[in-house]
Amino acid sequence: MDWGAIIQNSFRGFIGEPFIYFSLAAMGLNMHYGYTGLLNFGQAVFMAAGAYGLSMAVVTLGLNFWWGLLLGIVIFPLLLALIMGVPTLRLRADYLAIVTIAASEMFRIIARSPSLDRWTGSSDGLTAFANRFYDFNPFDKQKRYFFGLFIGNQMWVVLVGWIVLSIVVLIVWMTMRSPWGRVLRAIREDEDAARSLGKNAYWFKMQSLMIGGMFGALGGMFRAIGTQSAQPQNFITDVTFFAWVALILGGAAKVGGPIAGAAILYGILNFTDVLLRQLVENGYMPEAIMDGTQVGQVRFMMIGLGLILLAIYRPQGIFGTKEEMALDDR
Amino acid sequence: MTAEPSTAQELFDGVPYEPGAAKNDPILVADNVRRAFGGLVAVDVEHLEVQRGAITALIGPNGAGKTTFFNLLTNFDEPDTGDRLFEGNDLSGVSAYKVANLGMVRTFQLTKSLSKMTVIDNMRLGGTEQAGESFFRALMPFLWRRQEAEITERADALLERFKLSHMRNEFAGTLSGGQRKLLEMARALMVRPNMVMLDEPMAGVNPALKQSLLDHVKGLRDEGMTVLFVEHDMDMVQEISDWVVVMAEGKIIAEGPPESIASNQAVVDAYLGSHHGSALELEAD
Amino acid sequence: MGGVQLMTAFTGVRRSAMALAFGLLLLVGLGAGASVSAQESGGEVKGNLVQKDDDGERVGVPGVTFRAFDESGAEVSSTTTAEDGSWSMIVPEGTYDILLDVETLPAGVSLRNPDKNPASVTLIDGSSKSTLFPLGEAEASSAGGNTVIQLIVDGLKLGLIIAMCAIGLSLIYGTTGLTNFAHGESVTFGAVMAYLLNNAGVFGVRLHLIPATVIVVLICGSAGGLFNRTVWRPMRRRGASLVAALVVSIGFSIFFRYVILFIFSGRAKRLRDYQIQEQWDLGLFRLAPKDLVLMIISVSVLVGVASALQFTRMGKAMRAVSDNRDLAESTGIDVERVISLVWICGSALAGLGGVLFGLTESINWEMGFRILLLMFAGVTLGGLGTAYGALFGSIIVGLFIQLSTLVIPTDMKNVGALLMLIVILLIRPQGLFGRRERIG
Repeated sequence: MDWGAIIQNSFRGFIGEPFIYFSLAAMGLNMHYGYTGLLNFGQAVFMAAGAYGLSMAVVTLGLNFWWGLLLGIVIFPLLLALIMGVPTLRLRADYLAIVTIAASEMFRIIARSPSLDRWTGSSDGLTAFANRFYDFNPFDKQKRYFFGLFIGNQMWVVLVGWIVLSIVVLIVWMTMRSPWGRVLRAIREDEDAARSLGKNAYWFKMQSLMIGGMFGALGGMFRAIGTQSAQPQNFITDVTFFAWVALILGGAAKVGGPIAGAAILYGILNFTDVLLRQLVENGYMPEAIMDGTQVGQVRFMMIGLGLILLAIYRPQGIFGTKEEMALDDR
Repeated sequence: MTAEPSTAQELFDGVPYEPGAAKNDPILVADNVRRAFGGLVAVDVEHLEVQRGAITALIGPNGAGKTTFFNLLTNFDEPDTGDRLFEGNDLSGVSAYKVANLGMVRTFQLTKSLSKMTVIDNMRLGGTEQAGESFFRALMPFLWRRQEAEITERADALLERFKLSHMRNEFAGTLSGGQRKLLEMARALMVRPNMVMLDEPMAGVNPALKQSLLDHVKGLRDEGMTVLFVEHDMDMVQEISDWVVVMAEGKIIAEGPPESIASNQAVVDAYLGSHHGSALELEAD
Repeated sequence: MGGVQLMTAFTGVRRSAMALAFGLLLLVGLGAGASVSAQESGGEVKGNLVQKDDDGERVGVPGVTFRAFDESGAEVSSTTTAEDGSWSMIVPEGTYDILLDVETLPAGVSLRNPDKNPASVTLIDGSSKSTLFPLGEAEASSAGGNTVIQLIVDGLKLGLIIAMCAIGLSLIYGTTGLTNFAHGESVTFGAVMAYLLNNAGVFGVRLHLIPATVIVVLICGSAGGLFNRTVWRPMRRRGASLVAALVVSIGFSIFFRYVILFIFSGRAKRLRDYQIQEQWDLGLFRLAPKDLVLMIISVSVLVGVASALQFTRMGKAMRAVSDNRDLAESTGIDVERVISLVWICGSALAGLGGVLFGLTESINWEMGFRILLLMFAGVTLGGLGTAYGALFGSIIVGLFIQLSTLVIPTDMKNVGALLMLIVILLIRPQGLFGRRERIG
C-alpha cells in the first residue's frame, strides 16, 4: 500500500482539476437551485456545451481558439437555456427537471451517434483543440509545481481555473447582494408573490438558467481543456449529480457552498478511489468482490448514496443553516 | 347596522342597486368573463364595473367562484372568454406581472410573505423600476445604490406606518399570521398602486389585529386608492365597504351598498343554498 | 390472458421483505456464471459472435452452432455460442473449415458476408485463433413487407411496453406527487432478475421464462412495496418536501443503476428462451410469434389494469386519491394503503415491462433509465398523473419512435421522442388528456 499516493491524491482532489470543473458546475447549480429554485438535472449538458462549443469551433468548424471560447461560454449555453427554459419555466418545477434530464440523454445519443461522426467525433469525441491554451503556459512542462502535485501543463490549467473560479465567486457574491439577486430569491420563495409585485418571473428564471448554465459551460470547457479531449462519456447524465452532491454538501444558497462541497467531495472520492485501486492491485481485495474496472463504478454508487443521505438527513448541507435555504422545505 | 356616512358613498350617486350596474367612474370593467374547469363553470360574469376611489367588497357563499374571479381580474388566471379593462387597458393576454406594473396589485388568501427573506428585503422587493434588477447593472453597485437607499427609506416609512419596524431585520417567516398580512399589504404599497386587490385580508388574523387592519384598508381609500377585496367576514364587509358585489355559482347576483345587501332576497337565498326554494322552507330551516 | 388474475395475485403479497431478500440472493448468485476454458494439446479456434442492437450496443448472440470440418470434410468438433456470444473449440493440429450453422441464427439476423462461411483456419499445437463472423441485420423489406406498416407494428409493441412501465410512474405521481426517477430501475431490475432465473439459473436450476416471469413480477411487486414502506412512507410521515423526495429518488436511481452495473456488468445480454424464432411473414409485415404473445400479454394487462381502475373498489380509491388526496382521506379511504398498493402494482408492472423489453431487445444495466425518459415523454403527452393518459401517450411515443426512423438515423430514434416531449410542453403542457392548470 502506497499511503503517500493516497494522501497526495486526496489532497489533489481538494484543489485539483476535477474540483475546479465541478465547483464551476455547482456554482451554476447554486444559481439555478440555491437562489432561484430551478431544478436543473442537466448541468452536464451545459458542461458539454462548453466542451463541445470550444472543440467543435476549433476542430469541426476550423475557427480559432477565441471564437471557440465565445461559442462554448456564451452561444451554446444560451441556446441550450432557451431550448430547455422556454417550454418549462412557465410550468411546475418538475417539468424543468424532466426536460433537463431528457436533454442529457439526447446529448448522449447525439454525441455518440456514428452518423454525426464528422461533426462530433462520435464516441471518441474531439481532440487537439486546446493547443492555443497551452501555448500561453508559463510553467515548465517537465517540472512539478505546488508541492509536486501538478506538472507544468496541469499547473497552468489549475491556475487559470482558480482565477476563473474566483471571478465567478465574485460575480455571484455581488449579484446576490443586489436587487437582481433579491428578485431571484423572491422567485425561489414564491413565484406568484414576485409576479404580484410586478416582477417578470419567467424572464428572471430564464436569466438564472442562462447564467448558471454559462458557469456550467465554463466547468465543462475546463474539463475538455484539462483532459485535452471532449468526449460524450465525460458529460453523461450522472455527471450532473456530482455537481448536485457538491452543492448540497456545501450548502445551497451560500456563495462558497459549492466550492467547499466540491473540495470535500473530490477529497473523499479521490481517497476512496485510490484506496480501492491499491487494495485491488495489491491483492487485498478478493476478486470475487471487486476488480479494477469496478472501482470506477463505486464512485457513482457513492454519489447516489450521498444524494439520498444528504437529502434525508442533512438537507442544509454541512455549512448551511435551515433558515437561509434547505432542500427539505417547500 | 350602517357604517357612518362617508364621502365615498357619494361616488355611487345614481347608481342602481342591481347586478352589472354601470358606475360613474369605473377603474376596472369586466365583460362576459367565463372560466370553466373541466365541465364545471366556475365563473360566468356578464358585466361588472368597479368604482374608482371606493372600497368594494366581493362576497358570496363557499364555491361561488370569488377567488377564481379575483384571479381572473388580476390576470393570475386567464379566462376562457371575456374582456377585462383596467384604466382602459385591455388585460387579455397580458402577463400578471405587467398588470402589477399597470398599477393593480394583489395580495393572497394564503399569505405569500417570502419567509426566508428579511422583512425589509420583502419590502424593498416591491420597489418598481429598479435599476439594480438588471444583471449587468447588478454588478455595478454605484448605478443603483442611490435608488436602493430611496427605496429603503420609503420601505422604512411604510413599516413604521404598519407597525412592523421592530421586525425590520427578522426573517419574514418569524412573523405572526396577522403581521404577515400587514407586511403583504405594506409590500403591495411599495409598488405605488392605483388599485389594491385583497384576497381575504382577514383570514387567519387574530381579533386584536383586525381593527388595525381595517383602519389600514380605509387608509388606502383615503389616500385615493381603489380597493377590491374578497371576504367572508361580514363584520368587515359591513364596516368598511362602500359597495358590495355578491356572487353565487359563478354569477353576480346582487350589487349595492352594504345596508341594501343584507335585505336582498337573492342574497339570502344564495347563502341559505335554496335558490329555488320558497320562504316556507326557509323558515323550516 | 390473466392480466386481472395477475394483478390480484400479487396484490396479495404482503411478506415483501422475505421476497426481496430472496431476490437479492438470486442477484448475488449471478456472479457465479463464468465459464473456464482449459488449454490442452491441439489448437483453439474461437470467436465472439456479436450483433449491434437498436441502441448500437454490441450484444452477444447465444445458441448459434459452429462446426469444424477437417480437410476430408468430416466434422471434427462443434460448439454453441454462450450467453455473451463467445465460442471456442479445441481441435488437433491441422487446417479446418469453420462453419457457422446459419439455421441456428436468430430470426432477423444473418451473416454480413455469407460467402465467407465456412472460413478456413490453420492451427498448430498450442495456438489460438480468432475467427470473425460479422453479422448484419436481415433486410426487412426482402419479403415484400411494407416498411411503414412494419414500423407501426414495431411501434405498437414498443408503446405497449412503455405504457405498462409508465402506469406505475403516473399513479405514483398521482397519489403522492412524487416524480419517481428510480422507476426505471424497477424495469431494469425485472429484466435482470429474469435473466438471472432464465439464463444463469438459481442453484443450478434454470427456470423456463414463463414461470421465471411470474416470479419476477412477484419479486418486483414486493420490492416496490418494501421500497415504499422503508423509504417513502417514512419520508411522507416526516412531511419531507417534494423536492427533497425528488432528489432522493434520483439518488436511488443512480445507486441502484450502478449496483446493477457492478453485479451484472456493462455488457448487454439476451434471455435464453424464445431468442431463436422464425418470423411469420404476414404479407404487409413480419412478426415473430413471441412478439405476438408479448403484445397480447401487454394488451390484456393494460385492459386488466384499466378495468380494475374503473370498476374495483380499490381502483376507484386509487383514482380518488389521485384526484384529491385530502378529499379522499375525508371520505374514509385509507390513503396509505392505496399508496402502498400503487407502489406494489406499479413496480410489478414495471418489472413485467422489463422482462418483455428484454425479450424483444437486449438486457443491459441502464435500459430502465432510457425507458424512463420515454415514459416521461409518454406520461407528459398523455397528461401527468392521469392513468389513461399515460397509456395512450406511451403508445403514441412508441409509434413515434419507430416511425421517426423513416426520417432520422435509427441510432438516434429516441431523440425524436424526447424532442416531442419538449414540443408538447411548449404547446400543450397539460398533455392530451390533462386538465388545463393555472399558468402564470
